[in-house]
Amino acid sequence: MTDLSAPSFVRQDLVAERAAPAKTTGLIGFVRMRLLNSPGNILLTILGLLLAWYIVIPAIKFLLVDAIWTGKDRTACLADKAGHEVGACWPYIQAKLTQLIYGFYPEAQRWRVNLTYGLGAALLLPLLMPRLPAKALNSGLFFFAFPVVAFFLLHGGGIAGFGVSWTAGLLQLFEQSIGGAGDLLVNLSKSSAIGPLPWVLGKLLVLVGLLIHWLIFPLTWLRDQLQLSSVPVWGDFLLTAVIVSAVLFVLGGGLRSGGRALIGSLLTFAGIAAGIKLMGLDRGGFPIVDTRLWGGLLVTLVIAITGIVASMPIGIALALGRRSTIPLIRIFSIAFIEFWRGVPLITVLFFATYMLPLFVPGNFAVDGLLRALIGVAIFTGAYMAEVIRGGLAAVARGQAEAASALGLSWWKTTSLIVLPQALRYVIPGIVNSFISLFKDTSLVSIVALFDLLGSLRASFSDPNWSTPTTAFTGFAFAGMIYFVFCFGMSRYSLFVENRLNAHRRH
Amino acid sequence: MSIAPRKPPLQFALRLKRALGGKAGWNGLAAQIAFAAILAWIAYEIVANARMNLETQHIASGFGFLNYNAGFDVNQSLIAYNNSDTYWRVFFVGLLNTILVSVIGIVFATVIGFIVALCRLSPNLLLARIGGLYVEIVRNLPLLFQILFWYLAVLAALPAPRQSISIFNTFFLNNRGLVVPQPVTEPGLYPFIAALAVGTVLALGLRGYARRALFQRGQMIRIWPYVLGCLVGLPLVSMLVFGGPLKFELPQLKGFNFAGGARIIPEFVALTVALSTYTGAFIAEIVRAGVMSVHKGQMEAGSSLGLSRAATLRLIVVPQAMRVIVPPLTSQYLNLTKNSSLAVAIGYPDLVSVFAGTAVSQTGQAIEIIAMTMGVYLLLSLTTSALMSVYGWRINRSMAA
Repeated sequence: MTDLSAPSFVRQDLVAERAAPAKTTGLIGFVRMRLLNSPGNILLTILGLLLAWYIVIPAIKFLLVDAIWTGKDRTACLADKAGHEVGACWPYIQAKLTQLIYGFYPEAQRWRVNLTYGLGAALLLPLLMPRLPAKALNSGLFFFAFPVVAFFLLHGGGIAGFGVSWTAGLLQLFEQSIGGAGDLLVNLSKSSAIGPLPWVLGKLLVLVGLLIHWLIFPLTWLRDQLQLSSVPVWGDFLLTAVIVSAVLFVLGGGLRSGGRALIGSLLTFAGIAAGIKLMGLDRGGFPIVDTRLWGGLLVTLVIAITGIVASMPIGIALALGRRSTIPLIRIFSIAFIEFWRGVPLITVLFFATYMLPLFVPGNFAVDGLLRALIGVAIFTGAYMAEVIRGGLAAVARGQAEAASALGLSWWKTTSLIVLPQALRYVIPGIVNSFISLFKDTSLVSIVALFDLLGSLRASFSDPNWSTPTTAFTGFAFAGMIYFVFCFGMSRYSLFVENRLNAHRRH
Repeated sequence: MSIAPRKPPLQFALRLKRALGGKAGWNGLAAQIAFAAILAWIAYEIVANARMNLETQHIASGFGFLNYNAGFDVNQSLIAYNNSDTYWRVFFVGLLNTILVSVIGIVFATVIGFIVALCRLSPNLLLARIGGLYVEIVRNLPLLFQILFWYLAVLAALPAPRQSISIFNTFFLNNRGLVVPQPVTEPGLYPFIAALAVGTVLALGLRGYARRALFQRGQMIRIWPYVLGCLVGLPLVSMLVFGGPLKFELPQLKGFNFAGGARIIPEFVALTVALSTYTGAFIAEIVRAGVMSVHKGQMEAGSSLGLSRAATLRLIVVPQAMRVIVPPLTSQYLNLTKNSSLAVAIGYPDLVSVFAGTAVSQTGQAIEIIAMTMGVYLLLSLTTSALMSVYGWRINRSMAA
């Protein structure tokens, strides 16, 4: 066993080193794998590069390199003055900035707009962060208090009465309408062939009207007394606060458990009182700024926020109506939803602008912005109803069944068990319809309101700033605003969706 | 003696309750009566106010105005129209223009949508990113913004007719629109159409025959050469025998404008471009979601059965993706049709623009005209969605078979 020479089947020398495998990590490997891994892919990459080259480079050149940054009027943005090819004309945006943000809102009053923007942001941002507490209070403030405060801040004006007067006024209107219809029927019966029936119906309606008149008499009397007193608003306010708090106290369970409701109601009224005092609503409030002077981003945001706030209750009501077991309500909800979803928004706006004024009493002029708001609210409400219906369908049936097994009524089942879950499911859907609402606000420029796009279009016709690049500059600026809002919202919707689906991730 | 089951009791009271109040019973009946009363009250208020307001404005309600002379011109019309025609004619001119822009928009939007979706799905990262960027930018800007951008910025920045941008010396793009060759009918048109029709019918028949052979006897028949022969060969033969169906009259620059050719108005160009790029971005997302919804295992199962990649795609992946794609695609087509009403912003003479816009301001018959316009859109929407649901039903049926 001295011969230690290896048997012939054992290799004597080392195998030559193989070349390292193609790198698949790092930048180079990445480029190789995703961009250049086959001839076809190389071709596509070249195509993509060319495309990017012809889009990105001119865009940067236009927006930054060739752009004019300072100047007094259009001459600064002309090619022969600048000495080179002219890109974006930013001085034009600087000159038109206030118009694009406030419209023709009086300069001395613009702090009111700024304050409203600030208030809205301060209320909305915490609402959007899931981590922060007090969502109920926050959403209550944003959805109920903020619109009212914003109205008095932006529009101005004060109040002449409070709950008692308003209720009395509304009921009186109702009574007059019923009485009017009764009289009409009685008159009709004199000339028509089927005489007795309309006569009976008419007399019945008149009787009902009379009954209502006597029923609400204490209220109207109270109102008249309050109006005669020296402090009509505060007297009315106190009376309303006392009545509402008492009713809530009794409904909340009286001495046994009504304390909570009472305290909540008193705190709410204290808040309202503070608001009235701070804005001086009892003394006429701020000077009135007509909505025709509003414009730019202000109108866009007003329509978007009002649209979302008003469309939520409409949507919830319609969605519940569509799932209702009562045939008439279900049929009405389906017809209403399908009708408004089947027509384009622009015809809805035309409807609101041209037809709505015909439907209200002639002495009751409807403000142009308000008409558009009504149209937008109905339209968005119909879409919102479908979104919420999806959420209602997603709540497991057992939830409602368990609630009714516990003896909860339909209202309690819906408002305490089903709706909270359903609304949580559809937050992404609601945000998505808010995005499309935000984009759709631009349509009001067609019915002679000056939103961001309308103001932009109006600013194009200014001869002081007419240059070949004015239009492109304006669109670039407005586009950035729209994009920031919409893109931000869509990212937020994705974030919420991921959060809601957190349990499904692996 | 047979034991017949006893009939259930008739339960008249229960049936009555159901009929009157639905599942909710007497409560439902009360709610319905209250609801009907409120609706009746609102309707009464609306009618009474409208009658009063129309009286004070001296407007006679009714549809009689449709037979009056319109007295205004429309700058694009598919049917003969001049300003002494009636409002009826205006209505149809607007309707046809709306349909025209919707159909062309739908075709382009579908093409753009599928191309962008393919880009986004491509393994090439750069192309996928470009597709994603396109979708994000276009979807996050309002459509009206885009229409105005194309109309006021891009098309207005185009050169005058003399310096038109020429594409192969056939199409000319300038600030007065797009000049295209005008098709002129030749005597060979009718034989050509007949040949095309016969070819289509034959091709469809062949396809049906081949499918039946495949499903019933398991026999594969190669039919594509015959189909090609029917669809292309027959019309070619007709062209050889009877001459070409159409002759294209090329536009020629004469003086300051073009002679010959047809001019497509810039409003139409801007509207079509904006509508199809906007809707295309949405369609791209739908198509991408549809393709991604088909599980990877389906493709693998197809290839393990020995199908080629193309056959797997055609027979297994695409039908399943289509089932996901079709319903949202329908609603995008509907959206495009409804969005074509934004034409009013740039003055393209669609239904809303000439009928609900110009005609309302001339006659003041707001209620009738806007109701008619809304009715047309409702009808268009319902028809499209009905057609599409038939298609979806067929796809589902073939999936089940």
